[in-house]
Amino acid sequence: MKAYECVQASRAKGRPTALAYIAAMIDGFVEMHGDRRFGDDPAVVAGVGYLSGRPLTVVGIEKGGDTAEKVRRNFGSANPEGYRKALRQIKLAEKFHRPVLCLVDTSGAFCGVGAEERGQGEAIAENMYELMTVKTPVISIVIGEGGSGGALALAVADEVWMLEDAYYSVISPEGAASILWKDAGRAREAAESLRLTAQDLLQFGVVEKIVAAADSREKGMPRLQQALTEAFARLESLDTAALLEKRYRKFRDIGGGEA
Amino acid sequence: MLTRNLFRRPRIKLEDAGEIDAHLPEIPEELYTACPVCKAMSAADELRRNASVCPKCGHHFRISARRRVELFCDEGSFGEMWATLHGENPIGFEGYEKKLAHAREQSGEIEAVITGECRIDGEPACAFFMEPSFMMASMGTAVGEKITRLFEYAMEKRLPVVGFCASGGARMQEGILSLMQMAKTTGAIKRHSDAGNLFIAVLTDPTTGGVMASFAMEGDIAIAEPNALIGFAGPRVIEQTIRQKLAPGFQRAEFLLEKGFVDMICDRREMKERIGALLRLHRRGAEA
Repeated sequence: MKAYECVQASRAKGRPTALAYIAAMIDGFVEMHGDRRFGDDPAVVAGVGYLSGRPLTVVGIEKGGDTAEKVRRNFGSANPEGYRKALRQIKLAEKFHRPVLCLVDTSGAFCGVGAEERGQGEAIAENMYELMTVKTPVISIVIGEGGSGGALALAVADEVWMLEDAYYSVISPEGAASILWKDAGRAREAAESLRLTAQDLLQFGVVEKIVAAADSREKGMPRLQQALTEAFARLESLDTAALLEKRYRKFRDIGGGEA
Repeated sequence: MLTRNLFRRPRIKLEDAGEIDAHLPEIPEELYTACPVCKAMSAADELRRNASVCPKCGHHFRISARRRVELFCDEGSFGEMWATLHGENPIGFEGYEKKLAHAREQSGEIEAVITGECRIDGEPACAFFMEPSFMMASMGTAVGEKITRLFEYAMEKRLPVVGFCASGGARMQEGILSLMQMAKTTGAIKRHSDAGNLFIAVLTDPTTGGVMASFAMEGDIAIAEPNALIGFAGPRVIEQTIRQKLAPGFQRAEFLLEKGFVDMICDRREMKERIGALLRLHRRGAEA
């Protein structure tokens, strides 16, 4: 798939959002709300359920289905309280020794006045900081848009997986095009230059596994569920020190510059 | 010629004007600098003696990383590390080599950050200094690598880190590898912190984007220079998103202090002593 086709597919109407994954793979899901500091961000869904019979924490960025839902969920652009809600659930997962699944689907963290007042940058930094050493296995899947820091805040994980028709980038292709050529219309070109496809990211060592698009549809979800179950079992077999060392190295080894 | 130079718009390397040959028959370029805030004219050497702070209104001019080394490290104490480490073009982004060459020429630096070991007000520390005239100190792989190495080294030596942050954010031309530097540096900072070491982040104008959303916000202590722009999203992006003009002072250091995201604002002329005092308060081991 061409880069810009991945971008378009990741934004396509009717594409499964985080809640569709939860509905298909997680039994007895109980949603938890609020960051205990400011409020509850509908752009982030968090809770606990069973993955193949074992308790699991899920946090996901939810774009919403119909228009009303999309508006309510701010089109999947989280505010700081959304990231803090996610972190709160992740810390509880650590406490109760259950693994964490993050579902990433955002064009980016919200750029608004309130978001800045409440520390959007601090919230993203704090999530990465804590995720780096949280003592339980974490897998993140970029299920749609992987928009910059707002995606990375839920993608510091032992393994990062990515849908074959998703993208994950430092900047949106439109943003890059408008900076480079003062023309957001040249997003297709920018998308190619940014190397933002799952194939690119696999090659860079940023993602460990590409998930077939078919496995994100209702019929294919059991395959994804099976793959996750096996991966969590693999990660849970490591002792905590080995798990954290492996997580550190994963990010430590990306991009070293030239001597 | 004279008038034209007098009213030149201030540029970033104003404080270097003193080095221009004084025997030239003309008035050297940029001998006087107009403060962009109060418009007062200051002689270059006067401004330099005043840490590049406007003597009249206190406006803090943007200054280079090397100048910060000079201002904040004890004389001759700074030992630069990984001085040749630099980025090339890891994702083959069109036109990036040219941009890098231009940035190197413009800034006189090979990359957007300088890292090393030094003494500040007598206290041993590791320090990094970001260079705003190098692609607005954006974070590419080499910047991430140097900062990560510095924290790893400081952890091994049980030294505090003082980081002078300034950045427009991640470096777009290095794509996802640039974004990953946020996580990479964070990992090293977390380890350094978990081992009981101090990190002081100094936020200077501007500290935004992916740098603000990573190590700039991960200090045990956050000090901002007066009026520095500090935010996740740039003001223009926010204005486009909300379709409104932003209030004056939004995302400035004083705003962050009010909202609780920095510990203090410190005048550049007092910065060295303040950092020295904080380092002494956090000395490791026995006596203070």
